[in-house]
Amino acid sequence: MTDPGGRPVVEAVDVTRSYRMADVEVTALAGVSLRIDAGEYLAVLGPSGSGKSTLMHLLGLLDRPTSGTLRIDGREVAGRSDAELAELRNATIGFVFQSFQLLSRTSAVDNVALPLVYRGVRGRERRERAVAALQAVGLGHRLGHRPTQLSGGEQQRIAVARALVGGPRVLLADEPTGNLDSRTGAEVMALVEQLNAERGVAVVLVTHDETVAARARRRIVMRDGRVVEDSAAGDGTVGDSAVGDSAVGDSAVGDSAVGDSAVGDSAVGDSAVGDSAVGDSAS
Amino acid sequence: MRVSEAFASALTALRANRLRSALTMLGVVIGVGSVVLLVAIGSGAKREVEQQVEGLGSNLILVVPGEFALGSAPSVSRLKLEDVDYLGRVVGNRGSVATTVSSGEEVRVGSRRAFVTVNGTNENVPQVFDRPLARGRYLSRADVDTRRRVTVLGSQVAHDLFGDVDPLGRQLTVAGVRFRVIGVFAEVGSTFGVSRDLEMHVPVTAAQRLFGVDRIDALAVKAPTIDSIGRLQTTVVDALQRKYTGERFSAVTQTQILGTIGSILGLLTVVLGSIAGISLLVGGVGVSNIMLVSVRERTQEIGLRKALGARQRDILVQFLIEAVLLTTIGGLIGMTLGVAGAVAADRFTPLPTDVAWWSLALAFGVSVGVGVFFGVFPARRAGRLEPVTALRTE
Repeated sequence: MTDPGGRPVVEAVDVTRSYRMADVEVTALAGVSLRIDAGEYLAVLGPSGSGKSTLMHLLGLLDRPTSGTLRIDGREVAGRSDAELAELRNATIGFVFQSFQLLSRTSAVDNVALPLVYRGVRGRERRERAVAALQAVGLGHRLGHRPTQLSGGEQQRIAVARALVGGPRVLLADEPTGNLDSRTGAEVMALVEQLNAERGVAVVLVTHDETVAARARRRIVMRDGRVVEDSAAGDGTVGDSAVGDSAVGDSAVGDSAVGDSAVGDSAVGDSAVGDSAVGDSAS
Repeated sequence: MRVSEAFASALTALRANRLRSALTMLGVVIGVGSVVLLVAIGSGAKREVEQQVEGLGSNLILVVPGEFALGSAPSVSRLKLEDVDYLGRVVGNRGSVATTVSSGEEVRVGSRRAFVTVNGTNENVPQVFDRPLARGRYLSRADVDTRRRVTVLGSQVAHDLFGDVDPLGRQLTVAGVRFRVIGVFAEVGSTFGVSRDLEMHVPVTAAQRLFGVDRIDALAVKAPTIDSIGRLQTTVVDALQRKYTGERFSAVTQTQILGTIGSILGLLTVVLGSIAGISLLVGGVGVSNIMLVSVRERTQEIGLRKALGARQRDILVQFLIEAVLLTTIGGLIGMTLGVAGAVAADRFTPLPTDVAWWSLALAFGVSVGVGVFFGVFPARRAGRLEPVTALRTE
C-alpha cells in the first residue's frame, strides 16, 4: 500500500444485499468487490436503481450486507451489534447528504458538534473542535446562526464541517450538489477536494452528474447491482498513484479556479437552494 | 450522549413546539391538579370531623341501643331517665353520666323563628362534654328534677332569635311552650356549612314532656382516666344488658368513632383520588400519543442522528426524557394549581381542605412515572428505527 497508514479504508469482497418485499426477493447488490484506500477520491455513478445508494448505505455502516465480506477501516462489519456499528460509524464515516440534513433549530456550531456529542466529547473541547471545523469550511463567522438563516451553499458547508469534525477516514457524499446551483455546487466540491488533499480523507461521491463525477480521480459505474466499470480495476495503479498525489485537481478538476478563494470567502453569493434542513424539534 | 445534554436537547425540542407541548401537558396538569385537590378535600373533611369528635371531651364513652355504626338507622331506644341514676350507681359517680333526647323543633320569639335541634339533657353535660358557656349558667339538677322550662342556647340560635339583644332572662316558645333563657354557649363553628351552634339544651324532663316521650336516646359516661375506659365500657354494657334482658347496647369511645370516621373518610379520599387518577391516566395516554406523532415527524432527524453515531439507546433516552419532562413539568404545574385550588376552597367555600404532603409526593412520583411508562413505547420505536429507512423518509 502506498498509504502510510497501511490498511485500506474500505474492503468489500463479493458483497450482496437483498430485501424481501411482499414475498419477492429483490437484489439491490449482486456481488460487489471494491477496495478504497486512504485519501482516495472516487465517484460512484449509475442510473437510479443501479444499487449505488445501497452501496453507500453499506459503506456508511447504515446497513449490513446479506452476504460477502465488508471491512471498514480494517474492521469486519458482520457480527457486530448495532451499538458497535454506531460507534464505528461515528469514528470512521462522515456523511454529506443532498438535502443537507441539518437540525433546523440548532445553531451551526451545535449542528457541527453533534457527532462529538455521541462520541462523549465534553462541552468545551467539543465546541472548540466544532468552531475549528466551521472555520475550516469558511464559516467561522456563522457559528450562532441557524441553518434556516443561511443559504443552501452555507448549509452544505456546515454539513461538510459536521462530516469532518470527528476526523473520519471516509467522507460519503450522496449527491452533495443536487440541491445547489452549479456555481455553489462547484464551490462545495472544491471545499471537499481541499479537505481531501489536506487531511487525506477518502472521498466517495455518489452522483449521476457527469460533470461532478469528472472531478474525481477514480470512477466506478454501477448497473443492476454490479460494478460494471472501475477506472482503478485491472492494474490498480490509478488508485495508488492518486493517493500519493497531493496536488488536487490537477487533471480531473476543470474549474479549479473556484477552489480555494471561494472557500475562505464569506460572501459566497449562493442562492438558497432547497432549504430542506431537518426539523430537529418538530414535535 | 450524557444525560444532562439529553435534557438540554429535550427542552429545546419541547420549546420548539410550545403549543403542542402545552396541550400535551394539560392532561397531566389536570390529572395531577385534581388528584392533589380532591385528596386535600378528602383529608380536610377527615381532619375537620376528627377535630370535632375530639372536641366533644376526653375519656368519653357514648352508650347507644343496638349496634353502633355510622350511617345506620338508630335503633328504637328502650332507655329511660332512671338509667342515668342506674349507670351512676354502676360507675360509682352519678355526676359522670349525661343523657340526651333530641328532636328538631321550630322556636319563636315574637315574629322571629328558627328551626333548632332541641336537646333534652341533664346537669352533667359540662362535666362530661367539652362545651363552654359564653354567658349565664348551665342547667342545674334542680332544673331537671323540677322540669323547669329553662334553656341554654347555641350561639347561632341566640343570634338568630334575639339579634343584638341580650337573651338572658328572655322568653321563647318551642312548639307553643314557653322557655326562659338562662345561658348561651360559646361559638363552636360549623362542619361542612352545617352549624353546630344551631341547637338548644333544655332539661331532659321538660324535653320528654315537650316531645311526648318517656325514653332517652343515648347516654354518655365520662371515665375518670384513659386507662379505665376499656373496663368501664364493658361494665356499662353488661349492666344495661342485665337490666334489659334480650336487648343489645353498644358503648363506643371517641377513639372508636374516630377510627370509623377515619376509615370512611379515608375510603372517600381514596375514591376521590382514584377518580382523579383516571384523568391522570388519560393524560398519560395523550402524552404517549403525541410522542408517537413526534417520533413519526422526526423520523429523518432520528436517521440523521444515527448516521452521526447515535446508538439505539441514545435515541431512546432522548425521547424518553422528552416524555418525562413533559409529564414532570405538567405535574409541577398541576401540583401548584391543586394546592392553590385547595387553599382557595378552604378560604372561600365551606369545604375544609388539607393538602397532604404525601399526595404531593405521590402526584409528583406518578407524573414522572406516567412519563416513563407512556414514553417508553414511542421512545423504543424511535430507537429501533433503521437509519436507512429513517433517512429515506423525505
